[in-house]
Amino acid sequence: MDFQIALLLGQDGITNGAIYALLALALVLVFAVTRVIFIPQGEFVAYGALTLVMIQAGTVPATVWLLLGAGVLAAALDARQALHAGDPGRLVRLAGWYVAYPLALVALLYALPVKDLPMAAQILLALAVVVPLGPLMYRLVYQPIAAAPVLILLIVSVAVHVGMVGLGLLFFGAEGSRTPPFSEARFDVGPLMISGQTIWVVASSLVLIVGLYQFFGRTLYGKALRATAINRVGARLMGISPALAGRLTFFLAALIGALSGVLIAPITTIYYDTGFLIGLKGFVGAIVGGLASYPIAAAGALLVGLLESFSSFWASAHKEVIVFTLIIPVLLWRSLKGRHVEEEE
Amino acid sequence: MKPVGMKPVEMKAVAAKPEGKTPLLSSRLVLGVFIVALAAAPLALSPFYVTLLNYIGLYALVALGLVLLTGVGGLTSFGQAAFVGLGAYTTAVLTTATALPPWLAWAGGSPWLALVVGLVFTATVALVLGALTLRLSGHYLPLGTIAWGISLYFLFGTLETLGGHTGLTGVPAIQVFGFELDQGEELYYLIWLFLLAAVFTTQNLLDSREGRAIRALKGGMVMAEAMGVNTARSRMIIFVIAALHACASGWLYAHLQRFVNPTPFGLHIGIEYLFMAVVGGAGQVWGALVGAGVITIAKQWLQDILPKIFGQSGNFEVIFFGLMMIVILQRARDGLWPLFARLVPVRATRRELDANAAALPRKSLPQQGDVILEAKAVTRKFGGLVANNNMSLSVRAGEILALIGPNGAGKSTMFNQISGVDTPTSGEVLFLGRPVAGHDSREIARMGMSRTFQHVKLLPLMSVLENVAIGAHLRGDKGVLASAWRMDRAEEARLLAEAARQIERVGLAEHMFEAAGSLALGQQRILEIARALAADPCLLLLDEPAAGLRFKEKQALAELLKKLRGEGIGILLVEHDMDFVMGLVDRVVVMEFGQKIAEGLPEEVQQNPAVLEAYLGGVE
Repeated sequence: MDFQIALLLGQDGITNGAIYALLALALVLVFAVTRVIFIPQGEFVAYGALTLVMIQAGTVPATVWLLLGAGVLAAALDARQALHAGDPGRLVRLAGWYVAYPLALVALLYALPVKDLPMAAQILLALAVVVPLGPLMYRLVYQPIAAAPVLILLIVSVAVHVGMVGLGLLFFGAEGSRTPPFSEARFDVGPLMISGQTIWVVASSLVLIVGLYQFFGRTLYGKALRATAINRVGARLMGISPALAGRLTFFLAALIGALSGVLIAPITTIYYDTGFLIGLKGFVGAIVGGLASYPIAAAGALLVGLLESFSSFWASAHKEVIVFTLIIPVLLWRSLKGRHVEEEE
Repeated sequence: MKPVGMKPVEMKAVAAKPEGKTPLLSSRLVLGVFIVALAAAPLALSPFYVTLLNYIGLYALVALGLVLLTGVGGLTSFGQAAFVGLGAYTTAVLTTATALPPWLAWAGGSPWLALVVGLVFTATVALVLGALTLRLSGHYLPLGTIAWGISLYFLFGTLETLGGHTGLTGVPAIQVFGFELDQGEELYYLIWLFLLAAVFTTQNLLDSREGRAIRALKGGMVMAEAMGVNTARSRMIIFVIAALHACASGWLYAHLQRFVNPTPFGLHIGIEYLFMAVVGGAGQVWGALVGAGVITIAKQWLQDILPKIFGQSGNFEVIFFGLMMIVILQRARDGLWPLFARLVPVRATRRELDANAAALPRKSLPQQGDVILEAKAVTRKFGGLVANNNMSLSVRAGEILALIGPNGAGKSTMFNQISGVDTPTSGEVLFLGRPVAGHDSREIARMGMSRTFQHVKLLPLMSVLENVAIGAHLRGDKGVLASAWRMDRAEEARLLAEAARQIERVGLAEHMFEAAGSLALGQQRILEIARALAADPCLLLLDEPAAGLRFKEKQALAELLKKLRGEGIGILLVEHDMDFVMGLVDRVVVMEFGQKIAEGLPEEVQQNPAVLEAYLGGVE
């Protein structure tokens, strides 16, 4: 390997690593606030990317029907509660959010010449379809069992993942797709040629990370989430609704996932089931950080990206084996650190 | 582990009800009918259904391991399919390879030898993976299993010697006494023989000394360790057993299919195995069979019907399975087995106690009056907070010492230093002349110190008898294999007889076979004392034993403790109830602000101005 190839692989690794870092952050966030190990994180990547593909092809993305279905279901569940509580005013608000919003989106997607819209508008539409699936998922799947043990939540997560992959195949078909890059620009820096898309990915990741940092540090909602992560009961006693915290967290996770998908769709071919492996690599990073530390998780994810790109050069057949085996020394290190017998929840 | 505050009277009414209504069937009869039906199935059914039953058997074998691992032990693996793959590939390589390396040549060509090699190999891999992940808290194991499940799958697909993605063909049929099992209907009997053997050995194992330790893993680890159970070892045991079941299933699969390729050993199949265990009822041995049956048949059916509905082909049944799992875990976490069990009401067999079982050997108690526990100048600081400051106390054999003090005085911290849960910043605690610090709860239990917990720790679904029998864990030594094949019955009878003796002694005899969680809180505390006594201790540490007891119960408890004192056991009591303490104990140590403010006979302490000040405030 010469210097040039190393630089190229490094660039590749950093680009992928930036995405894994984003996903790792989302995973840590979701786990800290809700104790859910969010296996379906990767599905949001695929859903985001492929919804954009469908929009760019001029078709109405099938995911919007999922959004409508989930919205109707959630509205029905909440309506039952609202009627029990004797609060018909809430019914109207519910219907507005859960049903009218997806319907409005459907109308918009049919009315607009989506194929010819500028790319930024297409991306916004894709996000508008996919991101609300996050909070709806929390409402329908996790909220009823929010107090269950981590293990049950994990099995449920896997079930959601499996179901979403099946739906993905139904929505998007078995073929993979790519989207056109955000910019065709290329920059020569010494021996290195950097593509515009790489800069987009890295810069967007940085912006998102800084944005999240500000959100958690400065805003009331961000602080509420942090409080919930540290002490669920305490936060609840202070008036922070765990359901709201859960939905907000899932909104952020879905946003991060869908955005990651949109960012890498021009670099990698995305299939309906690609998300899982991408999400898992974020996981390896998150586990490096012990599902608790944001900076270490991000660093771990970057390491995963680099390891992946260099191992694809040296031993491309064993790329995945190498990446997932990385987890073993990390787990070993963690197991040597902690020693006491503790009760699980 | 929440204590259920249900009154014992109500429980009895509930328990008595089913007797009169539906006539209950004998479990042997039901089992007999089931086995006869199984044996007759290939004669009556078409080859299609026999094949289906073959697969149900293979999957149930894997799911059974997961029932043990997940439902009983509270650990989860998504990687069982990889263990199935290890079994299948081991036998495929060994029986088809033309040139094996010399050190392995002896195992070539014979499926049965390949099974042995596969089991040993799988056990080794499981031990290594278990050593890496089992010590970690709950969610790392399943995440780890996802990772190595994927790794092994890719490895199967990329290794040249394993035939890459096309796999290996020409796997021979299994021979039994020279008879070749090359038809599905023939292998059927071998598959179900394996499965039934696995079901019965698992049932036997769970109903034994090791089994109680395994059943304590879910929600009772701290307690189990204090009773001398090596929980890390128990976790490893069920992990390896689950892997071995999967490996055996893989071996059968390879010889049923006669070829192997990586597809059936991927992560998604590993997930499906876990679904089977959960759908069937993750805590139920027979649930594995129900889960494997339901999922296999549903899959078959959905694969026919869904592509027609959707107008395209693909794995659409996973959408349905995903939804089904979510609904089951939201609505019926015990799975489908309870529904099946209701259809065929089987009479519960009550445990027979052997009154003639020989008593377990006892440790020799220290001489009456000897100092058995000595805390010397124990100081424990948490940062700047001094929870215990220069505390000294001693307990003699045949004496009851009470440690009292207002809330926040540091009693619980002191209790933790003595019981070895925590280590003093300075000073030391000697038990029978040996320092407690640096030993884990297990070793301390072995030395003869036994304890109860301030917040009751017992296994609410297990019977009172079994809960108490966990206390006697260290007094038996029969292991997993002996338990699985019922070679532990003599020892088991002695352990249970000992547990029953202790239950009678503390006055819970009439509740012996009820679920521990159905006792009132006070009774649960008494149960903990019986459990501690089953360990044959010379020092008993009791953390607020009288809390929640009614007056009569307190009197009975006081009588019991006096009797134990008479036998030469030393007792250290942390207690709030002054009436209870003052009439019972020999000496009192009073703590406030982490320090000892008084020590002496109960009457002396009651007159001590410092104590009065601490409890009642200053007298102006």
